[in-house]
Amino acid sequence: MSMASSSPSPHGWWRRNQQTLAPALFLAPGVLFFAVYVIFPIFQSFNLSLYEWDGLGTAEYVGLRNYEDLYWEWVDRDAFYTSLKNNLIWLVLYLLAIPAGLFIALFLNQNVWGIRLYKSLFFFPFVISQVVVGLVFSWFYDPTFGLLNTILGWVGLGPINVLGDPTLVTYGIIAAGLWPQTAYCMILYLTGLNAVDPEQIEAGRLDGAKGWRMLWHVVLPQLRPATFIAFVVTIIGALRSFDLISVMTEGGPFGSSRVLAYYMFEVALSEYGFRMGYGAAIAVVLFLIMLCFIAYFLWSMYRDERRG
Amino acid sequence: MIERFAALHPDLNIETTVIDREAYKTQIRNFLTANAPDVATWYAANRMRPYVEAGLFEDVSDLWAEPEIAENLASTKGAMTIDGKQWGVPYTYYQWGVYYREDIFAELGLEEPSTWEEELANCQKIVDSGRACYTIGTKFLWTAGGWFDYLNMRTNGFDFHMALAGGEVSWEDERVRATFDNWRTLIDMGGFIANHQTYSWQEALPFMVQGEAAAYLMGNFAVAPLREAGLTDDQLGFYQFPAINPDVALAEDAPTDTFHIPANASNKEAAREFLRFVVSAEQQTIINGPDNLGQLPVNAKSEVADDEFLNEGFAMLSSNSPGGVAQFWDRDAPAEMAKVSMEGFQEFMVNPDNLDRILARLERARERIYR
Repeated sequence: MSMASSSPSPHGWWRRNQQTLAPALFLAPGVLFFAVYVIFPIFQSFNLSLYEWDGLGTAEYVGLRNYEDLYWEWVDRDAFYTSLKNNLIWLVLYLLAIPAGLFIALFLNQNVWGIRLYKSLFFFPFVISQVVVGLVFSWFYDPTFGLLNTILGWVGLGPINVLGDPTLVTYGIIAAGLWPQTAYCMILYLTGLNAVDPEQIEAGRLDGAKGWRMLWHVVLPQLRPATFIAFVVTIIGALRSFDLISVMTEGGPFGSSRVLAYYMFEVALSEYGFRMGYGAAIAVVLFLIMLCFIAYFLWSMYRDERRG
Repeated sequence: MIERFAALHPDLNIETTVIDREAYKTQIRNFLTANAPDVATWYAANRMRPYVEAGLFEDVSDLWAEPEIAENLASTKGAMTIDGKQWGVPYTYYQWGVYYREDIFAELGLEEPSTWEEELANCQKIVDSGRACYTIGTKFLWTAGGWFDYLNMRTNGFDFHMALAGGEVSWEDERVRATFDNWRTLIDMGGFIANHQTYSWQEALPFMVQGEAAAYLMGNFAVAPLREAGLTDDQLGFYQFPAINPDVALAEDAPTDTFHIPANASNKEAAREFLRFVVSAEQQTIINGPDNLGQLPVNAKSEVADDEFLNEGFAMLSSNSPGGVAQFWDRDAPAEMAKVSMEGFQEFMVNPDNLDRILARLERARERIYR
């Protein structure tokens, strides 16, 4: 026994540093994969955006010319301008999913027979694939056979070709996107509503709060975490909108429904696309836009944690 | 075809991978570099240029030097040549032209037009009868490229068209405008179906089947679905796109599908044997026959399937296309230029008033793409 006490145990160093090492070891696989598959490609894209490369031959260093081209596309109101403008419209209108989801959640948050079935029916659009949503909506919008024009016909309004009209097409696609996104926000709020404290509601009721005042001053503050998550997923969903555009219009007619994510794909990876560097430059712009939001989200999470 | 080749060469073990047409267009870049097969299909002319320039296709000029191929495939040699060398062999092609409803033409007392004046007069009568002259679906853009091909080749001729595809002529040139003016005449008289920007080429077929449109400028592959939809050969006719400018020689679109040997292929001798086999007169007759592709054989000695449209197409391409044979806009022009220009064509077909802006945009794209 004197042996054990006199000389340090063979695991001494490990023992001493276990507290600090254990979390590092547990984090290691995640950090490694995150670095290799997320962080490294970000820098790779930055680097690639300074080159002109068709994906096959040798890459040619062109400095900031890809960005210069983007700038001129912006000035000329060309594809890049359209994409950026549409991204903005997506960002603003997609947020409608949050209040819509909230009200459906409030509506469904009651105990009647079969409520679980109704809830799952409302949740259904989020479960089906975006591709299916896109197809369903393009049939709905079809100018000759579609349901939309049939309905408009009943009230005496002329036929409109939503997906063929450059001024309407983005709104048409956003409407399709709102369908599943609202369901997503609804489910977030439904879980949030479970956590609302009944005693506070009771207290509010005793103080005479009703309807809107009850919602605004008593319920909503308690739903803050749900609202926060809903904001995050909706904004990120809006910025990376791609599937619906690809399925419904392929960015058309004549490129008027493009967003940055789709334009990047078109330029670099589609049938006619060979400009990897240019695609990377668009990716960098999109990344910088997302970075603003991500930084804000991280900052507000950090602030909440410090307060809590 | 592969089974017959295998029967001829029992010592070869052949693996085939079938890939969906659209997916293939993106996947080819991966498998040519990473895991090259011995033979790959692709398209002729400019469409193969990126792979030729990247050194991914094998130079097969030696095959073209063999008399068997040199003599019988001469008509497509130009489309397979880049920098004076041949990079693959064709295995099938098909004609483009106007497919029309004979019964509607008969009802209105119309003849197949051969000049632009006749064409416009016909179209006016069709419009007056409450129909559109042409169905088209431009959602995927390339169908508008076909219209531009014909209008420009008929207005300015084959050589000008190729110069434009090669970036040697300004898009703001008066001659280009003349092409668009002709196009506009048809658009303004209501010649095309409405809302074409929302339809694919297949979705545009029902308009012709239901008699809401009288004709379709399309490749021969449109015949099969039209027949399946119930149109008989009595109702369906074909004519060559009419002449516009009498001074230019008629030229046609006839896209050619091809076989290539990837430069990284492991078994190039067997691959060459396969290419020789594919283009032989006998095999050409079989693979382009009615039971298989139902298109035109590339070998001058093979027989064309006994089909009204193939016969007309074959006669047209072999004797009435003195100006030349184009591949198709998105194969003759570089991919990027094809993309922006076809988007411009689509916009023009919807909003002809935007022409100046469109041409300015295309001109800027030309300056960037061909530099």
